[in-house]
Amino acid sequence: MNLTQILVFAAMVALLYPKGPNGKPSRGLACTWDRIRIRVVQGRGWVILVASTLALYWLQSSSPIRSLDFWLPTASLALTTLVWVVIYTPDRAAWRTAVPTIAVIIGVVALIASTRYFDPLCCITATRPPDIFTVTVGILIVAVISAGAAILFRGRARRLNWIVLGLIVLFVVLKLDIATQAFSAILRGLNGQDTAQAAVSDVRWLGFSYIAFRLIAALRDRVTARPAAPGKPVPTGLSLREFISYVIFFPALTAGPIDRADRWIKDYRNFVQTHQPAPATTPRPFGMDDVVAGAGRILLGVFKKFVIADMLAIIALNSINAAQVTAPGVHGSASFWGLGDGGLNQAIWTWVLVYAYAWRILFDFSGYTDIAIGLGRMFGIKLPENFDRPYFKPNLTLFWNSWHMSLSQWFRAYYFNPITRALRSAKETPFLPEQGFFRQSTFIILFGQVTTMLLIGLWHGITWNFIAWSVWHAVGLFAHNRWTDYQRRRNASDDPESTEQNELPLRRRLATTLSVLATFHFVALGWIWFALPSVSLSIQVFGRLVGIGG
Amino acid sequence: MEPSQLTGMQAATTSARWSMPIRVMLKAFVLFVVFNLIFSVIDPMTVLGRFSAYNILFPGRQRLPYGDHPELAYNVSVLNLDAMLASHELMAAPKSADEFRVLLIGDSSTWGWLLKPTDTLAAQINRAHMKTSDGRTVRAYNLGYPIMSLTKDVLILVRALHADIQPDAILWLVTLESFPTDKQLFHPLLQNNPSPTRDLISRYGLALDPNDPQFITPTLFDRTIVGRRRDLADLVRLQLYGVMWAATGIDQDPSMDYEPAAIDLEPDITFHGIKPPSFGPRDLTFDALTAGKQAAGAIPLLIVNEPILRSNGRNSDIRYNYFYPRWAYDQYRAMMTDMASAQSWRYIDVWDLLPQGEFTNSAVHYTPAGAKLLADRLADSITHLSIPSGQLGKINAP
Repeated sequence: MNLTQILVFAAMVALLYPKGPNGKPSRGLACTWDRIRIRVVQGRGWVILVASTLALYWLQSSSPIRSLDFWLPTASLALTTLVWVVIYTPDRAAWRTAVPTIAVIIGVVALIASTRYFDPLCCITATRPPDIFTVTVGILIVAVISAGAAILFRGRARRLNWIVLGLIVLFVVLKLDIATQAFSAILRGLNGQDTAQAAVSDVRWLGFSYIAFRLIAALRDRVTARPAAPGKPVPTGLSLREFISYVIFFPALTAGPIDRADRWIKDYRNFVQTHQPAPATTPRPFGMDDVVAGAGRILLGVFKKFVIADMLAIIALNSINAAQVTAPGVHGSASFWGLGDGGLNQAIWTWVLVYAYAWRILFDFSGYTDIAIGLGRMFGIKLPENFDRPYFKPNLTLFWNSWHMSLSQWFRAYYFNPITRALRSAKETPFLPEQGFFRQSTFIILFGQVTTMLLIGLWHGITWNFIAWSVWHAVGLFAHNRWTDYQRRRNASDDPESTEQNELPLRRRLATTLSVLATFHFVALGWIWFALPSVSLSIQVFGRLVGIGG
Repeated sequence: MEPSQLTGMQAATTSARWSMPIRVMLKAFVLFVVFNLIFSVIDPMTVLGRFSAYNILFPGRQRLPYGDHPELAYNVSVLNLDAMLASHELMAAPKSADEFRVLLIGDSSTWGWLLKPTDTLAAQINRAHMKTSDGRTVRAYNLGYPIMSLTKDVLILVRALHADIQPDAILWLVTLESFPTDKQLFHPLLQNNPSPTRDLISRYGLALDPNDPQFITPTLFDRTIVGRRRDLADLVRLQLYGVMWAATGIDQDPSMDYEPAAIDLEPDITFHGIKPPSFGPRDLTFDALTAGKQAAGAIPLLIVNEPILRSNGRNSDIRYNYFYPRWAYDQYRAMMTDMASAQSWRYIDVWDLLPQGEFTNSAVHYTPAGAKLLADRLADSITHLSIPSGQLGKINAP
């Protein structure tokens, strides 16, 4: 999202809140306008759906493959509809409520496509959309597939895993360069374009990751029929409008957070119904306070992203400057700060680049999250927090509980917990003892953490560097897990007076400070794997940090 | 409580909810306008330009900031003369007793287009460890800037001399392309610094129009924070790129590829629209040279007619290179020699010093080896700059 897009989205909020006390329309010329606004307020649900659909197309970047910037958002809508069909296997009544939604979606898509015929309006998409006939054929294909899927999957929940697998395969295609390039070649071939020009950058599917996470979660919830938490019933039976609005909710489209459907839908339903007169004894659930709070959060996010992060980007470690950092003398500049030795000087500047990257990625990502949360708040949805001062945590486990929290929680809920539960309930692992350092429970934790981190790493891209980054963190998490376990056992056997609780406050504070510093540096060094495209360059940078290598 | 009372309370609450953001926005707007107006009235860009992290947090640049592709060059072009100079290593430290400080001014060849900072003419002079006759070590500072305009050279020189930099000599590398009157104010650096440029025109009587429409006179809005947002962002970026300069020593896109300077030339005999046989009295701004000499005052100034590429390709019988028809360049050289002689300027003409192979993408941009050849050629002249011009004749006499 750029600043213009953020401003437009924020301005749309003006439509959603009635003017004046109790939304009473004004007299005179303003009367008609106010009536329109009240109508819009009454149709908040539709506003969110239409805005999200338009945003899906507007935010999609252009591609050299003809009309791909139209078809990728359309594919997102089709996938979402398909998943709704197979999850909720709607009955006749549900289909009846879905008809207006389908009509609106098709109308919006047709409207976007029709802009190709009106030059002054063209185009909300990055390039000219395809002709209406092609779009109609596309919509018919989606309809046929959805109908087929509804028949195929009706009452067969376990078959939904095949769709999960399909989404994972799509992930791999989009994250593995060689596969993306092949995919691009296929698309180019279908379009009658030169396949030799196929490039990884051709296929940039906006929001696919987050859309897929939400769809996989919905599918897995259906397969496992997750029981509701006490007092929190799972809201089954989301209407098509609700489901699509949840999956492609535009504030959270580009950078999350990944909200859970059951939590999101409560805010949504609360918001879309606030046009009804509230009982006198209950406050309005959403109002100007939310708009003000949301606007404040957006401003904070804009500052973090477009001021701090973008400035830090100038000096942050990247594939080009990592190879350019040289010792003084090599480029003729005098040794500075009296550092004398070239290697030391080089090491210090390399540290500066690494620190800059660490803070840049935090401000960039958390800035986007602030913007998403702020926009969401304005539209009545309190999206979950994604960051909680992650660089001020005293250990790696707490770091991962405060960094991209919604992603960590997603992987915990849909991978780590199921896999460790499955391993624990499985029969004994014959080659591992029940006691000692390498006992079965330790192995399960190690396996769970390594594979979870690997999946998180591979989600960013299927490269050796992301694997190295994953292993780096997995080892760190495992080491911390074992250390905590060791400390717990030692404290249990020690004299209570020597336990942590009885340590001097100053000593404890010092220990916490050192832990925070150590954790931050572990994470910052881990970013070297993340930021650079090759393992050899990463190792070179690690060497330079300690004055080794030229 | 009566329902009517509740409705009234609700209305009051809703009204209060509305009034708060409106008040916040109103106050923010008023503060925004006030700050912008104050900024516009004070116009603190000059003062802000002097605040620099260069020479404090990271080393000063070896040449003035200029960058067409900042993200690759770790360098950015700014139009704030004070910021440009503040980022230069020249502003770093007081001059040591044994330093013979030489300022180099000139165009892109002096700045070192396509050369690393270690390969520019200034760097080659420093590498030669030249000693003056009184034993001081020559230390050259590159104040070249990639624009061909003598007025720009004088502008930078005057600004630099205002700072306490104690130069012992000035080396001014010139070429004909910097002389045409129509080139003097063509660049945004001059156009966006109307006040100091007009000051030059009036103080030194330059034959330029002080009301030239190319000058950009900022309006009240242009001087606000909003109006100056680009300049302010560039100042910040210049500081940030200082980190990358310190870390890498790069100040020009190292991946920059180029086409070699043209050898086969067009059969065009005009120069900036001027036809042979000779220049008119107002075609070239020789008075800018006089202005530079006056600005230098007692500081010895050596004017150098810099090397150019001499083509042997098509139409080389009528043109030396892409820039110059033969008649124009020959006449320019003759005029320079006459003027230097008449004004008793220290002048050296090295136009044919470098062979064709030592030029890069232009008829005036040379290779590192070319820069070294030029430095070697100028060595004697530079070291002689420590000798007062009155005694120079005796030394040069056979």
